[in-house]
Amino acid sequence: MTAPAPLVDVQDLVKHYPGERSWLGLGRPRAAVRAVDGVSFTIPAGTTLGLVGESGSGKTTVARTLLRLTEPSSGSFRLDGVDVFSLAAGPLRRLRRRIQIVFQDPYSSLNPRMTVRQTLREPLAIHDLAPKPQRDARVGALLDEVGLDPELADRYPHELSGGQRQRVGIARALSVEPAFLVCDEPVSALDVSVQAQVLNLLADLQQKRRLTYLFIAHDLAVVKHIADQVAVMYLGRIVERAEAARVYEQPRHPYTRSLLSAVPVPDPAATAQRIVLPGDVPSPAHPPSGCAFHPRCPHPKKNERCRTERPALREIAPGHVAACHFAEQPI
Amino acid sequence: MTIASWLTLFATVAWTAAVVAWSRRVARRARRDSGRRFFRHPAAAVGLAVLVLLATLALCAPLVAPILPSTQINITDLQNRPPSWQYPLGTDFYSRDVWSRLVYGARVSLGVGTLGMLVAVSLGGMVGAAAGYFRGWVDGVLMRVVDVGLSVPRIFLVLAAIAVWERLGVAPLILLLGLTGWFATSRIVRAEVLTLRERPFTDAARSLGAGPWRVIVRHIVPNAAAPLIVSAALGIGNMLLLETGLSFLGVGIQPPQPSWGNMIADGRDQLMVAPLTSIFPGLAIALVVMALNTVGDALRDALDPRKS
Amino acid sequence: MTEPLLRIRDLRTYFVTDRGSGTARAVDGVSLDLYPGETLGVVGESGCGKTVLSLSILRLVPEPPGHIRPGSLIEFEGRNLLTLAPRDLRAVRGNRIAMIFQEPMTSLNPVLTIGDQVAEAAIVHQRLSRAAARSRAIDLLRQVGIPEPEERTDHYPHQLSGGMRQRVMIAMALICHPQILIADEPTTALDVTIQAQILELLERLQRELGMAVLLITHDLGVVAGTTDRVVVMYAGQVVETASTRELFARPQHPYTEGLMESIPRLDRPRARLHSIPGSVPAATAWPPGCRFHPRCPYAWDKCRTEEPPLLEAGTAGHTARCWLVAEPARRREEAAR
Repeated sequence: MTAPAPLVDVQDLVKHYPGERSWLGLGRPRAAVRAVDGVSFTIPAGTTLGLVGESGSGKTTVARTLLRLTEPSSGSFRLDGVDVFSLAAGPLRRLRRRIQIVFQDPYSSLNPRMTVRQTLREPLAIHDLAPKPQRDARVGALLDEVGLDPELADRYPHELSGGQRQRVGIARALSVEPAFLVCDEPVSALDVSVQAQVLNLLADLQQKRRLTYLFIAHDLAVVKHIADQVAVMYLGRIVERAEAARVYEQPRHPYTRSLLSAVPVPDPAATAQRIVLPGDVPSPAHPPSGCAFHPRCPHPKKNERCRTERPALREIAPGHVAACHFAEQPI
Repeated sequence: MTIASWLTLFATVAWTAAVVAWSRRVARRARRDSGRRFFRHPAAAVGLAVLVLLATLALCAPLVAPILPSTQINITDLQNRPPSWQYPLGTDFYSRDVWSRLVYGARVSLGVGTLGMLVAVSLGGMVGAAAGYFRGWVDGVLMRVVDVGLSVPRIFLVLAAIAVWERLGVAPLILLLGLTGWFATSRIVRAEVLTLRERPFTDAARSLGAGPWRVIVRHIVPNAAAPLIVSAALGIGNMLLLETGLSFLGVGIQPPQPSWGNMIADGRDQLMVAPLTSIFPGLAIALVVMALNTVGDALRDALDPRKS
Repeated sequence: MTEPLLRIRDLRTYFVTDRGSGTARAVDGVSLDLYPGETLGVVGESGCGKTVLSLSILRLVPEPPGHIRPGSLIEFEGRNLLTLAPRDLRAVRGNRIAMIFQEPMTSLNPVLTIGDQVAEAAIVHQRLSRAAARSRAIDLLRQVGIPEPEERTDHYPHQLSGGMRQRVMIAMALICHPQILIADEPTTALDVTIQAQILELLERLQRELGMAVLLITHDLGVVAGTTDRVVVMYAGQVVETASTRELFARPQHPYTEGLMESIPRLDRPRARLHSIPGSVPAATAWPPGCRFHPRCPYAWDKCRTEEPPLLEAGTAGHTARCWLVAEPARRREEAAR
């Protein structure tokens, strides 16, 4: 008996931005910026994929293309079998009920001129989800579900705290009853104690509503607490992907190892040798040749092949892929 | 001026004070900060009072100025008289009551200024929003038009139009002022819209399924309103000065219909004998423009969301 | 027992709000000592007053709406910084006490080359000639790890990455060999791998130059790896002080405990995160009694009415602002419940 098809199936997602031209737009075009350069993953219903990377990795661009806030250059995204990228405007609008997004910045993800009530009523109005008299009741129920006092409905965003605003953003996403929720760094801008509250809320909602999450973050410690699968991105590509536990316990890619060791652990007794990567996070406009990570790679066996040949993302163990020539001999 | 009109005048002043006091109270109690920030400038209340007063006077002109502005009261005895109880601002060369002319002239000058600004701001707002939201070739074409508009000195445009059409009525004058004054506003609005469309709440609306129309009207425009409102307040002053300048030159509002500009022109030859006939309208213009600028500045501070 | 390099006693920095809701008492009676050569961490979440504290030391708080209350003392090299004449204060800033900020892009002047900006402090304080200052600047850029400093010195901030800009800021701060470096969230805006680089750099420079560092952060992980002693702030006050080891091993204040429990950690298995209920109160309305009591799992009547002072908690140098220190039995009672 085969497993059911995953809810989310992304294959070879690519997003290029054409390079700028010099000479006031008339000169030779420069090379394109390959923000996302062939990303594939699947997410079974009801689970969470943690997508981790630093700036320039392309993770936010992935989120935007899945929502079609930015049109992808190529690739496919099937949500429950439906090919999202080929939908026309009408069917796309209807599909938007099934996939929603929670943004990073609670301060600018809410319209400052709309009250909470107006913000939450809007999706109900767009999709005609409840007859007008019942909309206020729905708003109250949503606020309750995200742990907010329904009294806050008539406040403006600037009268709420960061954690409260983020909860409103989550309520807004939930108002259309989505199946798939893209969370783009939803807790990065929040204080530590609020972070915990919101993470717990997201975990509860996932259970209650059987939601599927794509959880994008740069903080590996945060991802550990919510992800079933983890994919690590570097310069537009996935360099490692596996079940969460395996990524944390047996990382195969040197970048993953470095990321893990760079996260400061709140324990003064933990004096494990930190791998400190030299150089800067590269910019997608000037990717290095061969393996994109090679200029900074601390692997002792790094050689000429790393400089010339780009490693393919291959299976190292069942369900565990990594893109490194020396994945079998991790650091 | 009759006793009734004096009383009405005092009533108007009292009414203005009441309106301003009421606004302050509303601002202090409101949830949003903008009102309080507005009144933090002491000059803002004064400017607001001046504008409310003049607007009310203009509207109630027949009540506070019983003598019609074009009436020549007594050409032999009452020419160029200084202020008195009966004629509070004196009379001019044609023995017309200067106070009446000032009040009725306020209707014209303020009216032309405000309506002209409305035309300019509406047009500038729409063009700027379209250019900023849709970008691409729409933006390119519209902004080149704006570039042309900004590079031609406005006074020449207006004078050229007048030269072609000779006598202009009030309505065509308003249109002309509006159509030549929207360029800068469109740039300002476009800049606001460009940043607003990148803000996550715009993305959120789009990801919820909102179409471009809803996004522009419900999300972008209300947030772009602040610079637009400030631009409008300062714009009335510009329009006013332009109209008075044209009227002064004799090509704007035609006598005997009073406008502050042509009142100054009428009094020009009498400057040695009766300087007040030119000074009063001049003072009025200066007062209104200063009030508008003060209110505009205070509005800018009040509506700037960063100051919270 | 060495003398502290910097002594802060009862610092109060208040802000007047225009919302008519009264005065925001951002820093409300903070005392701390900074000893030569040590790294002192100041930890807290937003709204606790740590940034205002750091700005107050160098009197960088905008005077309206903020003001430092009389009766506050910041003593450095035998003088009270809060009463120094402007000229003397300027001689301290950038020279004896330097500061680096969170956002390197907005803290650097976009229209000046980085070489000019780094050299500026040397020209002002050490009266070096432009050529000598330039060469010192290049030395310093090299010391902070910027490759090809002779070339880079003529670059502008926008040509550098975030990590590089932060290094430039550090160079600017260190060019006059200050005795104290105040670092306000220096790595928060940086990527994790760059953060590791910068922290390592700061550690190295501190050893080489022998200066004291006041490190302000919300990240307990950074604190654990980098500091010698820690001060925990909440609601404008210091709520706990201890050596780093001691703080992580035996936190005494419920807020510190709560913070440590609620951080997602790599070295712990996946589990539901503990979260501190409620939220940080507004600076205009600190709760009566102990300011943490509305969110504290142990609070009892005394906590609601009497504000606890900093009490000695066992080991030397470990203090906590909590009545539990005086009545530890209550903690066991609560745990049993």
